[in-house]
Amino acid sequence: MTFSFRSALMASSALALAAAPVFAQTDYSATYGIDEDVPGACSYASIDAKDYSGRTLNVITHAIPVIGEPTALHAKQFGELTGATVNVVHVPFGDLFQRIMIPFQTRQQAYDVLFFASLWLGDFNPYLAAVPEEMQQVPGMQDVTETYRGVANWNDQMLLYTMDGDRHYLKYRTDIFENSEMQAKFKEETGKDLAVPVTWDDYAEISKVFSGWDWDGDGQPNFGTAEVTKRDDLMFSAFISRVAAYAKHPDVGGGFFFDLESMEPLINTPGWVRGLEQFVAAQDSMPPGGTNFGLGDEIFSFGGGQSLMSYSWDDAFIQAMQEDSPIRNKVAAAELPGAREVWNRETGQWDSFDEPNRPAYVTWGWSSAVAKGSEDQDMAFDFLCFFSDEANTNADLQVGRFGVNPYRESHFDANFYQDKLGWEPAVAQTYVDTLRGIDASPNRVFDLRIPGVGEFMSSLAAGVARAQAGEATPQEALDGVAKEWTAIVDRIGADTIRGAYANVVALEDAR
Amino acid sequence: MYRQKYLFLLPGLIALTAIILFPLIFTIRVSFSGWDVYNPGLSWAGVKNYVRLFEDTRYWSALSRLSLLAISTVLIQYVLGFALALMVWKDVHARRFFRVLFLVPMMTTPVIMSVIWRTIFHESLGPLNPLLDAIVLGGQPWLSSPGWAFAAVMIVEIWQWTPFMFLLLLAGLLSLPSEPYLAAKIDGAGPVRTFFSVTFPGLAAISVGALLIRLIEASKILDTVYVLTSGGPGEATETASYYIYIRGLRDFQIGYSAALSITYLVIMIVALTIIAKLMVRFLVKGQS
Repeated sequence: MTFSFRSALMASSALALAAAPVFAQTDYSATYGIDEDVPGACSYASIDAKDYSGRTLNVITHAIPVIGEPTALHAKQFGELTGATVNVVHVPFGDLFQRIMIPFQTRQQAYDVLFFASLWLGDFNPYLAAVPEEMQQVPGMQDVTETYRGVANWNDQMLLYTMDGDRHYLKYRTDIFENSEMQAKFKEETGKDLAVPVTWDDYAEISKVFSGWDWDGDGQPNFGTAEVTKRDDLMFSAFISRVAAYAKHPDVGGGFFFDLESMEPLINTPGWVRGLEQFVAAQDSMPPGGTNFGLGDEIFSFGGGQSLMSYSWDDAFIQAMQEDSPIRNKVAAAELPGAREVWNRETGQWDSFDEPNRPAYVTWGWSSAVAKGSEDQDMAFDFLCFFSDEANTNADLQVGRFGVNPYRESHFDANFYQDKLGWEPAVAQTYVDTLRGIDASPNRVFDLRIPGVGEFMSSLAAGVARAQAGEATPQEALDGVAKEWTAIVDRIGADTIRGAYANVVALEDAR
Repeated sequence: MYRQKYLFLLPGLIALTAIILFPLIFTIRVSFSGWDVYNPGLSWAGVKNYVRLFEDTRYWSALSRLSLLAISTVLIQYVLGFALALMVWKDVHARRFFRVLFLVPMMTTPVIMSVIWRTIFHESLGPLNPLLDAIVLGGQPWLSSPGWAFAAVMIVEIWQWTPFMFLLLLAGLLSLPSEPYLAAKIDGAGPVRTFFSVTFPGLAAISVGALLIRLIEASKILDTVYVLTSGGPGEATETASYYIYIRGLRDFQIGYSAALSITYLVIMIVALTIIAKLMVRFLVKGQS
């Protein structure tokens, strides 16, 4: 009896072991909430096969939920699969840069894995480990678009492990633009047909007409535009979105922020000044308090149905498309508006265009990296590989608050958003078309990824804020910024800045 | 003869040096360095940071804005705190309840309350403007107009820290002897005369202490500004401590922000010493 019981036990154990991969693969989706494991070097099965018991990984990331929540989730999963201890430190955004930089500069090996804004690469690059060649060859990484692979590179080395894709684009209310009453009202007021704005002048005109009255019938006044205007709250990105149309000439290379050769700031040239004039004038079409809107306010103003149009990252669009949103499936995405007159800094004149100049602005984007000083680089890269594994990313893309946005070719598939998120086909199509268009745009602006970017952008935001508050004219404000930028360049060194800025210009001039 | 007594003081002195003097000396050393995002470490930059500081008009504007904010809010806190303390000093109904209620704002976390206040002041979504509209006062651009934004920061500061004044002044009132009041009553003094001749002089010393403590605290205001306005609109609510924070932790100009901090510290020590001496002369010695 004993013998037969033992035999039966051994037989069942052997059967269980033999069948383990099959059960495990099935279990991953049930246990971890993914649709299905995607085979590959970063898959659940591959990571599960690794044993990191007794080893510890220290990770620094943003506060929950944006990026912080998926970090915590995938860290827990990674620990369960490999046996590693993964410590995750969540830091508010305002504190993140210095919490990463101080250990780097003081040669303390505080963190193995770092999640941060990709524009800080100009500062962090000396301290980061290059992504191993084999990691660059995994299918998930090969599927990353050329744009975001470019963002991950520094001096021909891949230093960032891509896990997010960000850009600015226009969002608008289709139910209003397609409403015959609204079209008639706009025609009556302006003599023009109501159409999705292709220039910032159009945007201003539409915003003005649709401001201060209740056009959606909810009893509350509505407004034309919601924008990020709060100083020190990513307002600089909104401003650059507006400026690019006037200052990023499609036929003039060699720098958008600086002249790469002389390293003189271009920030106070006429294209930039006109962008600021428009930004200041737009305040009249913003909701009450709109001149002090942070990103969160902009998201809720457009996503909550208060404003007709908006432009920034995906968040406001995703908010508008939440299941409980009053404007779900009543929105669409489009390229940023442009300009028919563009400043040519080579000739010192305004050039006219029949088709508006509409540069794409590839801005921000969370990214990840491994510290050069980490003694656990193998495990750290495995973690990042797992974090951005196709199965995980497909799940993360479906949770708006996670802040993970499309960055792979396969993410530009309208069916995904229809099937998984229940978007209407037209909405999903404008979304993927817009993102794909930005990726393919021949005229693009990237963030100023150079040492001291925080200081440059802080100075820019302060100058723009002065103009917005009426403390200075747009020209005076930007002259002040240019003076500060020159001082920063002198302090850090023109050659150092030029060397770094060449990476940005290379991306911009690549097409 | 008793030289060995100094040996017993040594551990305390060492601890004091390590806790107070070392960070201060280190900050002074950092202020003479060019430590920034690109040049880490204690390179010697001479007095460059201090020269730059004297040309930095934004810093001096922030400092004068801070002075206005600190002095005005602390004075209002003092007046309100005194009034509230007088209110619950004597026998009033539910006195204990009010005493606890008045202390609640001080016990809340400043950064959280700033977030709450930001929601209250929100011009589109907040409850304040609809309330003002309802009572015919009309909504205001609380956070988007320079003057109103400054007022909004003041309101939050006053709301949060009036209880501190209340607490100290109430403690002072409760410790006052009853004989002078009896004498005043016999002399036929009314409530106003009694307040200015008995109560106020009796609380002069404690008033000076409370005002000084609050001035020191108010001059460090950062979290309210950070959450409520980020120093804007324009530079309307940018205070010196917020500006130092921007330069140090956002721009990562460690050397320069250390120079700003040291200068700020010196200015504060000098200003508060003068203020303290003046207050003692006019309030305490004047009364005695």
